[in-house]
Amino acid sequence: MTTVHERADTFHDNDQKPVGYGRMLRKEDPRFLRGRGRYVDDVQLPGMLHLAILRAPVAHARIVSIDTSAAEASPGVRAVVTGAMLAQQGLAWMPTLSNDVQAVLATDKVRFQGQEVAFVVADDRYAARDALELIDVEYDALDPVIDARRALAPDAPLIRDDLEGKTNNHCFDWETGDEAATEAVFARADVVVSQDLVYPRVHPAPMETCGAVADFDAVDGKLRLWSTTQAPHAHRTLYAIVAGIPEHKIQVIAPDIGGGFGNKVPIYPGYVCAIVASIVTGKPVKWMEDRSENLISTGFARDYIMRGEIAATRDGRILGIRTNVLADHGAFNGTAAPVKYPAGFFGVFTGSYDIEAAYCRMTAVYTNKAPGGVAYACSFRITEAVYLVERIVDCLADELGMDPAELRLKNFIQPEQFPYTTKTGWVYDSGNYEPTMRLAMDMAGYAELRREQEEKRARGELMGIGIAFFTEAVGAGPRKNMDILGLGMADGCELRVHPTGKAVVRLSVQSQGQGHETTFAQIVAEEIGIPPADIEVLHGDTDNTPFGLGTYGSRSTPVSGAAAALVARKVRDKARIIASGMLEVSVADLEWEKGAFHVKGDPGTSVTIQDIAMRAHGAGDLPEGIEGGLEAQICYNPSNLTYPHGAYICVVDIDPGTAQVKVRRFIAVDDCGTRINPMIIEGQVHGGLTDGVGMALMEMIAFDEDGNCLGASLMDYLIPTSLEVPDWETGFTVTPSPHHPIGAKGVGESATVGSPPAIVNAVVDALKPFGVRHADMPLTPSRVWDAMRGQARPPI
Amino acid sequence: MQVTMTVNDVEVTREIEARLLLVHFLRDVLGLTGTHWGCDTSNCGTCVVWLDGEPVKSCTVLAAMAGGHQVRTVEGLAKGAQLDPVQEGFMQCHGLQCGFCTPGMMMTARALLDRNPDPSETEIREAISGQICRCTGYATIVRSVRWAAVAEAEAAARVAETTESSEAGEIADAGQTAGAVA
Repeated sequence: MTTVHERADTFHDNDQKPVGYGRMLRKEDPRFLRGRGRYVDDVQLPGMLHLAILRAPVAHARIVSIDTSAAEASPGVRAVVTGAMLAQQGLAWMPTLSNDVQAVLATDKVRFQGQEVAFVVADDRYAARDALELIDVEYDALDPVIDARRALAPDAPLIRDDLEGKTNNHCFDWETGDEAATEAVFARADVVVSQDLVYPRVHPAPMETCGAVADFDAVDGKLRLWSTTQAPHAHRTLYAIVAGIPEHKIQVIAPDIGGGFGNKVPIYPGYVCAIVASIVTGKPVKWMEDRSENLISTGFARDYIMRGEIAATRDGRILGIRTNVLADHGAFNGTAAPVKYPAGFFGVFTGSYDIEAAYCRMTAVYTNKAPGGVAYACSFRITEAVYLVERIVDCLADELGMDPAELRLKNFIQPEQFPYTTKTGWVYDSGNYEPTMRLAMDMAGYAELRREQEEKRARGELMGIGIAFFTEAVGAGPRKNMDILGLGMADGCELRVHPTGKAVVRLSVQSQGQGHETTFAQIVAEEIGIPPADIEVLHGDTDNTPFGLGTYGSRSTPVSGAAAALVARKVRDKARIIASGMLEVSVADLEWEKGAFHVKGDPGTSVTIQDIAMRAHGAGDLPEGIEGGLEAQICYNPSNLTYPHGAYICVVDIDPGTAQVKVRRFIAVDDCGTRINPMIIEGQVHGGLTDGVGMALMEMIAFDEDGNCLGASLMDYLIPTSLEVPDWETGFTVTPSPHHPIGAKGVGESATVGSPPAIVNAVVDALKPFGVRHADMPLTPSRVWDAMRGQARPPI
Repeated sequence: MQVTMTVNDVEVTREIEARLLLVHFLRDVLGLTGTHWGCDTSNCGTCVVWLDGEPVKSCTVLAAMAGGHQVRTVEGLAKGAQLDPVQEGFMQCHGLQCGFCTPGMMMTARALLDRNPDPSETEIREAISGQICRCTGYATIVRSVRWAAVAEAEAAARVAETTESSEAGEIADAGQTAGAVA
């Protein structure tokens, strides 16, 4: 069942519905508006020292010697630590989230520009930076491997000689689908289209960089760590394993976080250095990286070199999709994805289409670049998958001379086919694609736009219309096959109702701006009828919240949102029994109306949830077998992922004189199932669309042939400002998830996933008069200029 | 060296290193952590404060340069418990998510409205174009600033109306005809 809405419900207030779902202003806003947010760099502890990291100036070199004597003598310096010193404690290397290892501080050689080599601890951040300049490192330069295509060449320098028996730069191979079946449909297809595509390396670049304050108390052996983490509980467990500190003696606090986008999922060497520094000095130690450090050393995203192939009948029936991918994982495999999914969820590259066969073969390699790979709101590589399929579907439309909207409509998985198992084994829970697509086309005035384009083309003006339709897979995930280093991806949640009927809910996920303090209060309010204003949401502190895997991959609502709803229902079930005692009727004779139980057929005889809360904590007797108090805890293990979808239409104009692309309009229709707070959903969509403009038109972490990072500051790595993006036009349909307790699906990354292909498709469409069939991101003026002259080239 | 400046209407004097940046002076010395540090290269704008009423990027101003001048930060935007209309607008229109760019955005927006009480969408976009927000996609920030502009215009209209009607009342009183108005 799908409901269709012409316009996002942003300005529809929930005045009539003060409890539960609907537009509600955010509970967390007042502190941010007054400058009272508390981010990691705002933490000031008595006697706190500052840590700064010396980084490799070159991409690949052997360390000959490190002389720290001058740095140690520098004013205000308390300690200088090198990899050799860490090695003595067994701390020079740490595990990555993908079962690889990564150097905390380099011991043998440096493997990417910006790698951590040594750190200084000093009285203030300026003194620490001064001392970095005085550390003398002698390097013996090695040839770097920068082009992933050359990584497996026989003469390529070996990057990971730290791994025993390693003789080449191969990271892993992965495949999915049925190769033979796919070969068969390609063999009998009327039309086969092939296209090489590059999804360049980009960076999430949250406005707040990464950092930590470590405070180790030697007396009670307790480590408190404020850090910019999207996964405080998982980090705590890993610190226990790496540093050998017992897990109950580690408290990880993720305070207010200034944006994450996946950048703050991994454990970075800087966090470990801060912990070591606090242990060594006996003082609290702060490490806060600067912007360049953030861009050159922390989790990048994408870097997939792909070939997409699509097979179809002459009349536009898609038969099969095949792809071959070369994945650049940098110097260490630091991908943050469920371990059984080394390519993340790239396997959903069959998109929203009912096809006969699909196959993907992937090779991942090491290069002399920063580690990472899964970040930037990618839903574990679904950005790459959706870009691939939506680009080659457009290439097919071009080949067939078909309208790209018509081709998509013709091949959609039909509503009655759900749950739908794709040819790569993903079980899409629910979907109804055509109404979503039609709504986007109506909102855009699609037919009218095509007429306008025709007129403009006749006048030599360059206007393009791009479509992308995506299906996402979010809410990792079922613990039977999804874990991060052995930690199952289920989420805990705890709810306590106080005697006066106010409540506190403790989440295992936390917010980097998504508005958990509001959304989760609304979820609980909807279930137990306590107003959201009376529900405190606690998150981001491992000592005060139940275990769970954290906020990334759009998993908060699908996993923890379900946990919050179910824990509230558990509390409501107990409240029902207590109410039956208060009203002296059987449980079966009670009816729930939001906020109260009343006797069936007698609405006047009722008790509110607040009355029940007082009774639960009060002096009187409770029904037999019922303990006092009104609280519950659960751990929710999702049975499947949720599969939101959406239809995006982008309209661009290109200046033929400068090749500057202007996004004139962008229409986004999203279907994320049940909508909890439409205002927050729209905000999430707007942010993702802006990321999409960045990736499609501006953003790229480039390297020169020596491995120097060319995107090392915000002067070089361009992020959209208010002038590069239009006023977004959003709409929605609602197809609830059948397995999620409240029917909700994740939405945080939908727009980042869906918008880049819409924009690139629009630019290519605009360039059709020049015979352009494809041009790779980022579509900067110079690259569009080249494409207009038949000289389109890959960015790497 | 010693520096004296007025921050949010309070005069402060501190002993500092000559190279100390204003952003670090505000955050680390005065504890005014509402102003943020985001890039060092004047690109991101999370550090925007006012220097004598002008928005500046405090990561590229030395604290010493602010000596003898007036500085205003996000902590000085509200009038006690009363939020500035810009703050209220950001809340009403969901102009913030993670909140990191928000103080700088609001300082620029306030300065814009002080010069131009009725800015167009384009004028707002131009005013905040030196600042980056990674979360909102800017549309809700633009709406927030428009919300504040409209709220201030309406408030001004109400004040004018009240003044007018009280003047009218006085005239009516003078004419001895007001008795039945209650």
